[in-house]
Amino acid sequence: MPVNPDLQGRVYPPTAPLLVTAARIAEFAAAVGASDPAAPIAPPTFAIVVQQAALDALLADPDAGFEIRDVVHGEQRFALARPIVPGDELTGTMSVTGIRTLGANAMVTAETRIADASGETVATATSMLLVGGGS
Amino acid sequence: MSGLAVGDVVAEREAHLTRASLLAYANASGDQNPIHQDDEVAAAVGLPGVIAHGMLTMGLAVQPVVDWVAAIGGGARIAEYGVRFTRMVVVDAETGADVRVVAKVGALDAEAGTARIDLAVTSGDETVLGKAQVTVSGLDAGAALPARPAERV
Repeated sequence: MPVNPDLQGRVYPPTAPLLVTAARIAEFAAAVGASDPAAPIAPPTFAIVVQQAALDALLADPDAGFEIRDVVHGEQRFALARPIVPGDELTGTMSVTGIRTLGANAMVTAETRIADASGETVATATSMLLVGGGS
Repeated sequence: MSGLAVGDVVAEREAHLTRASLLAYANASGDQNPIHQDDEVAAAVGLPGVIAHGMLTMGLAVQPVVDWVAAIGGGARIAEYGVRFTRMVVVDAETGADVRVVAKVGALDAEAGTARIDLAVTSGDETVLGKAQVTVSGLDAGAALPARPAERV
């Protein structure tokens, strides 16, 4: 399944703001087995909640040329500028930063800048997706 | 930054995953892909069974480092975390799956006040995350870096 090469550099609209609550952090922390789910800072991978919404926009883009069932998560990285805490209102702005075609498959890299209400970057989440050949 | 050298184990942990763990993670993260919950869907897409969310494994694997950083205190915090998803973790409906994490010092930079912690993450005999590396920043020159905590889960 060919990935549309025009996706390279495409920037998607910001996700709807996510208001981070202590309860939301605690639910996520418990689900990843945190020793102290009541700790007032979010686990390091919490930003995936915002990135997920951004990736959904890419997967729903009819122009992308692929669907979720074609996709395997290959790599994930978070750069955390500061801890995420209750009261943060986070939006994610995703851009497609890389497309590499390998035969019938492709590697798509998407970078999501996650910002707080003042526009400061809180985290950058980078996903590498392997898009299959549609066997 | 004292007390540790490259190669030292700072934390280790074993976690048991069940189908209930997958449901809890689906609800907490918003990732409701049925390949993580439904045997028939998993089989239909050619998987050997229901698999754990890669992001659940990634989230679990860093928790021993979260505890280690909390034990250091001060301005220490996790600044970067990245993994490659190298192998799926199949979660059996009856027996679940075990994931084991060993966190070792990969590099120390006293000038920058950072430590790179490398995670070995396995299920059974298989490595499930590759190149799993955590960068801890904000380590003071005088910070005493604790060895593996007594507490285990």
